[in-house]
Amino acid sequence: MAVGEAIPPTASRAALLVLADGRFPAGGHAHSGGAEAAVKAGRVRDAGTLEAFCRGRLHTAGLTAAGLAAAAAAGLDPLALDEAADARTPSPALRAAARRLGRQLTRAVRATWPSPELDALAAARPRGAHQPIVLGLAARAAGLTPLDAAYAAVYESVSGPATAVVRLLGLDPFDATGVLARLAPELDAVAARAADAARGGLDALPAGAAPLLDIMAEVHAAWPVRLFAT
Amino acid sequence: MHLDHPDAYPHRHTYSAAHPLRGDGSRRALRIGLGGPVGSGKTATVAALCRELRDRVSIAVVTNDIYTREDAEFLLRNAVLPPERITAVETGACPHTAIRDDISANLEAVEDLEEAVGPLDLILVESGGDNLTATFSKGLVDAQIFVIDVAGGDDIPRKGGPGVTTADLLVVNKTDLAPYVGADLEGMARDAKAQRGDLPVAFTSLAAEGGVGPVADWVRAQLAAWTAGPR
Ligand SMILES: Nc1nc2c(ncn2[C@@H]2O[C@H](COP(=O)(O)OP(=O)(O)O)[C@@H](O)[C@H]2O)c(=O)[nH]1
Ligand SMILES: [Mg+2]
Repeated sequence: MAVGEAIPPTASRAALLVLADGRFPAGGHAHSGGAEAAVKAGRVRDAGTLEAFCRGRLHTAGLTAAGLAAAAAAGLDPLALDEAADARTPSPALRAAARRLGRQLTRAVRATWPSPELDALAAARPRGAHQPIVLGLAARAAGLTPLDAAYAAVYESVSGPATAVVRLLGLDPFDATGVLARLAPELDAVAARAADAARGGLDALPAGAAPLLDIMAEVHAAWPVRLFAT
Repeated sequence: MHLDHPDAYPHRHTYSAAHPLRGDGSRRALRIGLGGPVGSGKTATVAALCRELRDRVSIAVVTNDIYTREDAEFLLRNAVLPPERITAVETGACPHTAIRDDISANLEAVEDLEEAVGPLDLILVESGGDNLTATFSKGLVDAQIFVIDVAGGDDIPRKGGPGVTTADLLVVNKTDLAPYVGADLEGMARDAKAQRGDLPVAFTSLAAEGGVGPVADWVRAQLAAWTAGPR
C-alpha cells in the first residue's frame, strides 16, 4: 500500500462522524470505561444511575482526555503530551489500557488518514501512545479542528459506558441513548472548555481525576472473570 | 513538525495486515481462524493440531475467550505449546466483533507473537464461540475452519449460514457421539455438499487417537500452498 494512495486531508465535518462512530475499528468495543465495575458494585443499575456515572466520567476523565486530544490536534508536541497523559493517569491498569487503545487507534488511522506525524509517533511509541493523543493526531490528519478532536473524546467518554451497560444490564437501548441525548449540552460545554484550555499550551491542560474510577479500574483488572477489558 | 521522508518509515507499509510479506520480503506466518458454536470442539482441535504439527512447524495460538481465559488456560495446562506462544484477547462481550468488525486487538496479538517468538510458520486464531453467522475478517486470517459437532443437531449443515457455507474447511466433530444423539452423518454430508459445493468437509472424532488427522492434512496443504506463494 503506497503512501501515494493516501487520502488528502478533507477538512470535512463528516470526517468527525467517521472518527467518532462507535464502529470505528479501534478496539473501543472491548472497554466499558469503568461501567462493568460500577454495575457490579451496584452503583449503575438503571438509566438514572447510568446518567450520573456518565456525567461524572465526562467532567473528569472525559475533560482530561478532550484537553489532550485538542492539544494534539492543535499541533503540540505529541511526546510531551504523552508524558502529560501519564501524569494525569494514576492507575497503572488505565495507563496500560490507554496505550493499548492508542496503538489500536494508530493502526486504524494510519490506514484511514495516513499522516507523517502519526508515523513519527508510532515509531517513537511502538507499544502505543495514550489514546487521546492519537485521537488528536487523527483529527488533525483528517483536516478537523482541535474542537472537533475534543468532541470525539468527550463523546467517547460517555458512549462507551452507555453501550456497555446495555450489554451488561440488558438496559433498554432507547433509555441508554436518551441518557446520551440529555448529556449533549454538557458535552458541548466540556468540549469547548477542553479546546479553550488547549490554546493555553501544555501546562494549561485540564487534569480532572475520578479517584473511584481509578481505584475500581485496579480492582476490575484483577477480576478472573469479566466481560470487558476495562 | 516531524515531517519525515516517507522512506524513513518502512513499517508504514504494514497498514494492511493482510499483506503476505514481512518487512524483509519473506512470507509471514499463515493465519488460520477457527470459528463455530461454543462447545463444538474448537479448543480441542487447536490442541490436537498443535500436538500433531509442532515438531515440524513453528506455531502460535491466539484465543478470543468470551469472559475468561479458559481456552488459553486449557492449552497451557495441557502444555500443547510453551506459554509464550499462547495469547488471549479480551473481546468485550462481543466475540464476533473482535474477529470480524474490529480486528485491531487480534492483529496486535498476532504481531506481538511474531515479534516475541517468531519467525512463525502458523498462527491459529480461535474465536470465542458465537452463533452460526460469526466469520473471520479476511484482514485477520488467510483461511478459516468452521467447527460444528453432531450433538449440536444434524440439521445445522442444512440450515447453512456464512460459517457453514463459506468456511474454507467445515469440520463436523464428535462423530463418536452420533449413535447416542441419533445424528444422521450421511445426511449431514449430503446437506454440507449442497451448501458448500466443492469446498471440503472433514468428519472428525477427537476422542479417538489421531482423530484430528483430516484437519491436520488440510492445514499442511494450506501451509504448503502458502509457502509456495509469490514473494
Ligand atoms: N465425545 C467427544 N467430545 C469432544 C470431542 N471434541 C471435543 N470434545 C469435548 O467437547 C467439549 C468442548 O470442547 P472445546 O474444544 O472446549 O469446545 P469449543 O468451545 O468449541 O472450544 C470438551 O469437553 C471436549 O473434551 C469429540 O470429538 N468427541
Ligand atoms: Mg474454546
